[in-house]
Amino acid sequence: MDLVEFQGKQLFGRNGVPVPPPGTACRTVEEAVAAAEGYLGGGADAVMVKAQVKTGGRGKAGGVKYAPSIDAVREHAEAIIGLDIKGHTVNVVYIEPASDIAEEYYLSVMHDRVNKGHLVICSKEGGVEIEEVNRTNPEAVVKRQLTPNETADGLPLETARAIIDEARFPDDVAADAADLLVALFDAYRNEDATLAEINPLIKTGSAPGADPSGAGRVIALDAKVTLDGNAAFRHDGYDEWKIDGIDADDPLEAEAKSKGIQYVKLDGSVGVLGNGAGLVMATLDVVAQNGGRAANFLDVGGGASADAMAESLGLVLKDPAVKSVFINIFGGITRGEEVANGIIEATERLGEFPQKLVVRLDGTNAEEGRRILNEADLPSVVAAATMQEAATTAVQLASEA
Amino acid sequence: MSIFIDENTKVVVQGIGSQGTFHAKRNQDYGTKVVAGVHPKKGGTTWEGLDVPVFGTVEEAVTETGANTSMVMVPAPFTKDAILEAHAAGVQTIVAITEGVPVHDMTEVYDTVVRRGGARLLGPNCPGLISPGKSNVGIIPADIPTAGNVGLVSRSGTLTYQIMHELAQAGIGISTCVGIGGDPVIGTQFLDVIQAFASDPDTHAIAFVGEIGGAEEQLAGKWIRDNIPDTPVVGYIAGFEAPEGKQMGHAGAIVKEGGEGGESAAEKKEILESYGIAVAMNPSEAAQLMIDRLGR
Repeated sequence: MDLVEFQGKQLFGRNGVPVPPPGTACRTVEEAVAAAEGYLGGGADAVMVKAQVKTGGRGKAGGVKYAPSIDAVREHAEAIIGLDIKGHTVNVVYIEPASDIAEEYYLSVMHDRVNKGHLVICSKEGGVEIEEVNRTNPEAVVKRQLTPNETADGLPLETARAIIDEARFPDDVAADAADLLVALFDAYRNEDATLAEINPLIKTGSAPGADPSGAGRVIALDAKVTLDGNAAFRHDGYDEWKIDGIDADDPLEAEAKSKGIQYVKLDGSVGVLGNGAGLVMATLDVVAQNGGRAANFLDVGGGASADAMAESLGLVLKDPAVKSVFINIFGGITRGEEVANGIIEATERLGEFPQKLVVRLDGTNAEEGRRILNEADLPSVVAAATMQEAATTAVQLASEA
Repeated sequence: MSIFIDENTKVVVQGIGSQGTFHAKRNQDYGTKVVAGVHPKKGGTTWEGLDVPVFGTVEEAVTETGANTSMVMVPAPFTKDAILEAHAAGVQTIVAITEGVPVHDMTEVYDTVVRRGGARLLGPNCPGLISPGKSNVGIIPADIPTAGNVGLVSRSGTLTYQIMHELAQAGIGISTCVGIGGDPVIGTQFLDVIQAFASDPDTHAIAFVGEIGGAEEQLAGKWIRDNIPDTPVVGYIAGFEAPEGKQMGHAGAIVKEGGEGGESAAEKKEILESYGIAVAMNPSEAAQLMIDRLGR
């Protein structure tokens, strides 16, 4: 689960990571203007208007603007709200007093999949993409792997200091940066994050009125946080971060999530559902190899009961892009005849729909299952024996529909 | 022979609820020596349906029954402690079926149990493993495979069953089929399983089924090229059509946006092929490649 910037800053703040004074999340130009009037009237020289979307490269896309006047705030908010950034529509802008930036650094803590531990990345070259710094100036990027054993009581301050020293942060900010890194690691671990990234981490400048807290401080000017959905059970379901329409998920993905169905919206016309994530991924591949494109990924899970099947199939059919459906089931412990009966019951419950369902049943008692499907003689169901055959049929049906 | 489990495997089951009971019973019916269940509040009772004792702790189960393998089927919030308990009790092979374990829990478990503890941990979020004719620990449907000489290792359940099924229909049997699991942090990697297959005299060929995300397939492929270039090896990577940044069902099946590369199916295929390993475009083709390699 990804957080947007202002949520990430809240999360950082409560774990002791210094952040700018809080701003305001706004959904309309009027709200943005009202918030900005408060800050500008309260002594701030300028405010930032920042798109709140769950993707990087906001600045390049025109989603982050400096606004020294109310007119500028209005102009930028109008341009940014509704802007499309890499397929994410901006619904919320964050208005915050502009910080005076003296220097920009980079700092992150993330789960390290390769080494099964934690990874700290640190650079005094911040404010640009860290991958870019890594390419052009790799010696400026310090990477430190850590095992859970080394960090049983958090990140030791001496380790944090060593990392900051190695990255050659200026002397006047090194101690504060090390303290901040310790707090960032706490945020990462306490909140079950898999990524906690600050880019840029800044040293504040001395422009009058720019930052009420003064110059020479090290603060997180941005925040990119990914939380581990599997850990939601110990964080009240992460409900505090679920705010409607912040960065709209696909509506069908949102519905699937609320029903606990593993669903990903894709951009083709063949609806796909199957049992098992790997098998469904393979199904997408076979559809593409036969000249079609899948409209979605959907894993109905182990049992493929009538209930699960009806709910999943209903979801797939809601997508207007779906012209045919490929149901790919491998009968294991759940036998072919049970799966076939589940599909029959599901289609009966869903009533009439225009799309054909190409059902490919394999595995335990698959022949019996196919016999049951054929005898039921459902107008919407086409039975197939192999993945290949089913894919060819489903792709053809989609192109004819 | 086989790897990790065989006729000497004695299983203690942690998590004896309805799912645990259902699958443990299936394992027992197959001939697996399921010797005990563990439940903190039901120690001293008998596990109904399986007719084996229930102990309050894994330690007691090990002492009383000689269990050498644990199957973990407790809910995700308790999985970390269950695995650590099994490890502390000296269980050498731990098979964690549970799905949805937090990454930070598994990172800690991996460090304690595998990296520093040296135990064999399979999963979590895995279907378990089967050595046909000898032992079945987990949820793999036992009636699909026959005993034979192909070692099969996979990150996916049903996809593995599919390939096993097609091999069985062609008369090709399995030495051991290992489901390593679909999470980002798992106890046993492709490489570990392939190394074990390489030293198993009864495994003559290897099929491995990977998917998008991570780079474990490449590590295994490189080792195969450098160490067992003459063993028939066939691979398949699921998820050629998966978009970047989207998690495809399994927690670990995600191509990181703006990552360092090597996580997509196409990249993995290309790298594996550069190591001389045949990589299929779909599961049926993988089975067919193996059938062809073995001249059936």
